[in-house]
Amino acid sequence: MSILSFRDVSLRYPPRPGSRAAGNDRLVLDGINLQVASNELVAIIGRSGSGKTSLLNLAAGFIAPTSGTIAVDGVPIPGPGADRAVVFQDDALYPWLDARDNVAFPLKLKGMPRATRQARAQQLLELVGLGDAGDHHVWELSGGMRQRVGIARALAAEPRFLLLDEPLGALDALTRTRMQEFLLRIQARSGAGAVLITHSIDEALILASRVLVLSPHPGRLTAEIEAGFSAEILAGAATEKVKASPLFKRLHDGLTSLIHSLPNEEAAA
Amino acid sequence: MTLFTELRPLSRLAEADAAEDARNEAPAGVRPATEAAATARPVPIAVISTLTIAAIIGLWSLASARGVVSPVFLPSPRQVVIAGYNLIVTGFVDATLFEHVGASLYRIFGALIASVLIGIPAGLAIGTSRLGRGILDPIVEFLRPLPPLAYLPLVIIWVGIGEASKITVIALAMLPSIILSTSAGVRSVSREHVNAARSLGAGPRQILAQVVLPSSVPSILTGIRIALGAGWTTLVAAELVAATSGIGFMIQSAAQFLVTDIVIAGIIVIALIAILLEFLARLLERRLVPWASHR
Repeated sequence: MSILSFRDVSLRYPPRPGSRAAGNDRLVLDGINLQVASNELVAIIGRSGSGKTSLLNLAAGFIAPTSGTIAVDGVPIPGPGADRAVVFQDDALYPWLDARDNVAFPLKLKGMPRATRQARAQQLLELVGLGDAGDHHVWELSGGMRQRVGIARALAAEPRFLLLDEPLGALDALTRTRMQEFLLRIQARSGAGAVLITHSIDEALILASRVLVLSPHPGRLTAEIEAGFSAEILAGAATEKVKASPLFKRLHDGLTSLIHSLPNEEAAA
Repeated sequence: MTLFTELRPLSRLAEADAAEDARNEAPAGVRPATEAAATARPVPIAVISTLTIAAIIGLWSLASARGVVSPVFLPSPRQVVIAGYNLIVTGFVDATLFEHVGASLYRIFGALIASVLIGIPAGLAIGTSRLGRGILDPIVEFLRPLPPLAYLPLVIIWVGIGEASKITVIALAMLPSIILSTSAGVRSVSREHVNAARSLGAGPRQILAQVVLPSSVPSILTGIRIALGAGWTTLVAAELVAATSGIGFMIQSAAQFLVTDIVIAGIIVIALIAILLEFLARLLERRLVPWASHR
């Protein structure tokens, strides 16, 4: 069991070039405290501009916090690393590699021999239901398939945490629903913890054991909800049924009105 | 990881994929716009272009048949074709057409290899490091706008009149576009591609070799195509000035003896080779980077 932790993390961007107001630097995230265990999926929801993606970029190590500490098992992260693999919204697959070589990419980085890594990649492709797609160029695949290749690639790195940056945001509604169930099962099986950034309250409630609300300007974690729906779905309950339950509706409505009560980007700008 | 190997694939997803594909395709009743436009049947541009070429040759034939222009200035198309045939069979100034063309191609591909070997590392240096950019940018920016024939005399003084001087000049003419296209390719690498690699455990060298370089290949190939065009025009000009073989030299010699039909045949051959080089470069791009149009 690993723990990904944020302790008093703040992030400040320098003022926009051309901004006249002195000291007008932008506080993006303020006093973030967060712990994610490697057996849970935590969703972070908030409006655009609330700093969700910045928070994920901090966890990934792409950017460094202005103050505070981000650590895995108490050890501050030195930067990006394969223990925290990111799945991007627009998949970020490499178009010069076929699907299998994309999945094998992290294994190649480790110096695994070609035959071994191809076999491992094939297993992962089969795991995500794309056993026949290995030889395809990634641009020949549909959005949902590409996203699954991206998830398989992240899993190939054997991460302790999956950082999911709106991975389903660009998919059509039907595919998105399928992919939510898929993501839920794959995360539970992988044994990796996950941080999911999403706009969708539905998605957060279905997938996450905990839902955190990020309020904007500056980004602060303002609310936390324990959601048990993912456990029900994993135990075999139909997603549609779960979404129709009174408790789901109450939480959904509560989160909706909470998010709407927060200042939005236009009002702050 | 052993976890995964024991698991069954999620077979239901295959059905979902088929459904998603079906949704992404256009409905059967909708006709693409191009098909609708085709019913108007405008004359294809290729037909117009062919007619233009035919008209030029027709006017040319007419002018020489009527004796409007002296054959010394403008031989008839027939004479040019015969000159071309003779060039292939018996040659001119000690070499056949193919030997002249071969000498020119040898120079241009020799120069291409040299400029690729120097230009790609230089472009990578400019695109990835401040130091590299600081050092190389002024050199490239000095070289780029210079007409290569301006430094040909200096190169001849330095490396002599032989093949080396021609290859050096052509390579210098090709170098800026290869360096600049490489560095442009490096700078246009997707940030997410790089970040994905970092989060999957790649170090700086691995990012350069596994992400930045492959991602730059389309841009590099475009640079090579432009370089070939620039190199070819420079080569022919350089051969006019200082050479004892090559297609440019052939034209220059023919002009000195007022053998205008050979001059014109040579010009046509130069144009055809330029088109062929462009075609080959585009073929190479399609073969090597079919993904470039799908980013």
